[in-house]
Amino acid sequence: MGGRRVIRLEKRPEASRAFSLATPVLAVLATMVFGGLLFTALGKDPFVAIRTIFWDPLFGEFSFFYRPQLLIKGAPLVLIAIGLSLGFKAGIWNIGAEGQYIMGALFGAGMGLAFYPMEGWFIFPLMVLAGAFGGWIWAMIPAVLRVRFGTNEILVSLMLVYVAEQFLASMSLGLLKNPEGFGFPGSRNLQQYESAFNADLIEGSGMHWGVVAAMIAVIFAYVLLSKHRLGFAIRVTGEAPRAAKFSGVNPTRLVLFCLGMSGILAGLAGMFEVSGPAGQITIDFNVGYGFTAIIVAFLGRLHPIGILLAGLLMALTYIGGDIAQSNLGLPAAAIQVFQGMLLFFLLALDMFTHYRLRFGRGEVA
Amino acid sequence: MDLSAINPILFIAGFLIAATPLIFAAIGELVVEKSGTLNLGVEGMMIIGAICGFATAVETGSPLLGFAAAAVGGALLSLLFAFLTQITLANQVASGLALTLFGLGLSALLGQTYVGIKPPRMADINFGPLAEIPVIGPILFTHDIILYLGLILVAATWAVLKFTRAGLILRAVGESHDAAHALGYKVVRIRTLAIMFGGACAGIGGAYISLIRVPQWTEGMTAGIGWIALALVVFASWKPWRLLLGAYLFGGITQLQLNLQGAGVAIPVEYLAMSPYVITIVVLVILSRDKSAAPASLGRTFHASN
Repeated sequence: MGGRRVIRLEKRPEASRAFSLATPVLAVLATMVFGGLLFTALGKDPFVAIRTIFWDPLFGEFSFFYRPQLLIKGAPLVLIAIGLSLGFKAGIWNIGAEGQYIMGALFGAGMGLAFYPMEGWFIFPLMVLAGAFGGWIWAMIPAVLRVRFGTNEILVSLMLVYVAEQFLASMSLGLLKNPEGFGFPGSRNLQQYESAFNADLIEGSGMHWGVVAAMIAVIFAYVLLSKHRLGFAIRVTGEAPRAAKFSGVNPTRLVLFCLGMSGILAGLAGMFEVSGPAGQITIDFNVGYGFTAIIVAFLGRLHPIGILLAGLLMALTYIGGDIAQSNLGLPAAAIQVFQGMLLFFLLALDMFTHYRLRFGRGEVA
Repeated sequence: MDLSAINPILFIAGFLIAATPLIFAAIGELVVEKSGTLNLGVEGMMIIGAICGFATAVETGSPLLGFAAAAVGGALLSLLFAFLTQITLANQVASGLALTLFGLGLSALLGQTYVGIKPPRMADINFGPLAEIPVIGPILFTHDIILYLGLILVAATWAVLKFTRAGLILRAVGESHDAAHALGYKVVRIRTLAIMFGGACAGIGGAYISLIRVPQWTEGMTAGIGWIALALVVFASWKPWRLLLGAYLFGGITQLQLNLQGAGVAIPVEYLAMSPYVITIVVLVILSRDKSAAPASLGRTFHASN
């Protein structure tokens, strides 16, 4: 072995701050390059495609229409990802946010529809509470099972997504079906029910209550992680589980808090979506924000500000993807691949945050 | 409701088929986890196998070539996971999730032109007079070769893990990668091979869904079977024969709820359809108290300088 020149990985004594910040940017660039190759393989001009996805929604001819969309699509992603990041930091893996999102929407819309056609200022706040409760209760199932029986929360939370989807189908065909809907599946449209409608706060800005909630969540998470004892418990549990044990962190409370919080935020996201941009409960009103938010959380380095930026970027790929779909005929799935690629590059490049490459003569390791 | 509409012989033959994708995906993952790696990308590798197998079978007219392509497709995708977790030392949970998200997207992209097509039919093995035996014949001797291959694979995995040197090395790497490394075994290489085996198995399992069980291509058609396979490995305490038992249990439940839907039971379709997932959770809860069977290094990152 002695004479061979090799590349070795050497663990850095401390994670590199520079690389920690540079990795997401490098990952986005790498994804653009490989995404461009993918688009070329699909017979599209890669430069036009990349410009359509990343530039046109912000600065193109119709940007006045697309910019508000950035808030509408970004808000649920940021809300959910903030919740997920708390658990991910501590090694608590809630990957069933999609299910909690659905349940939040069902509880929220159900609360609103229960009052129909009564009008009143208190209806919307009650819907917000119901939505948060729906997401919370759905997340409490994996949380309690993990705390009480040691059941793997990854598998339970994911199984519950499929259960929630079936529940959604049952509700939109049954209990919540619009009685005046001519037999079509789906609930009444909440956009036409003033007390329940999550309208733009400033007409045409895309700024609805969900956006406000997302901003509050970012600030809340930032303060929690940097100033509060619970935030310290989350960080120390993720970085040094043994040290956490000795410093008196209560793992049970941590699991309940992290899963509960992410459930609440995902439930809120679902509720704001169904009472605003989506408008009604239908069999497939959920579009996978709960899964995309996992990418957002990692792309944002599990940091609240990072997640805010990553959420906006991911919203951009959704909007740009839609434009590319209608203008260039780029398949919708191509954007999904694009988003998946981003996570790959991020994870691969993250190596440089914790390790250093060493070139030199190999030795017997 | 008319329960007599359920033919017990067809039901049993049906659940053997329903269990086969699970057997393949889960036995592959069992080997991966025995080597100390947790690959949560089973769902992604299955769906890639489903479309690779389907497309190849449609283009060449040969289902067997389809299954071969599915194995290659699954193994190639799993190489991405191997690269991330073994070379760049990324978090295994995150990498597995990435694999699933990427696989679902890529399969939808590859499968665009294959929606609504019927694949070539896979012939059943001709057992001659054996298939004529009443009851036992139609249950056991009217299936395609892949179904029997799944059973052989379980037996082979059990034998290799228990009786061979290769199996011993694999288990050693999974129990303590540092000790195995100190003894001179190539931890990264062994794990990469295990991961590729898992990918190939998951790919075949996926293709079994799109080519035989359904048989059709639709986006996201694996519908969580990859995740159930992961649960099954826990259920089986990492033991191949218990895994087979578990796969039949879940195959049975899936088949039963489909039959009940067909028979027009008073329970709404949606609640029947969610039952396999609910039962998976219940079983996980019952069995999760005992974690002693899990490979000791499961999910931990290995770096030679540690």
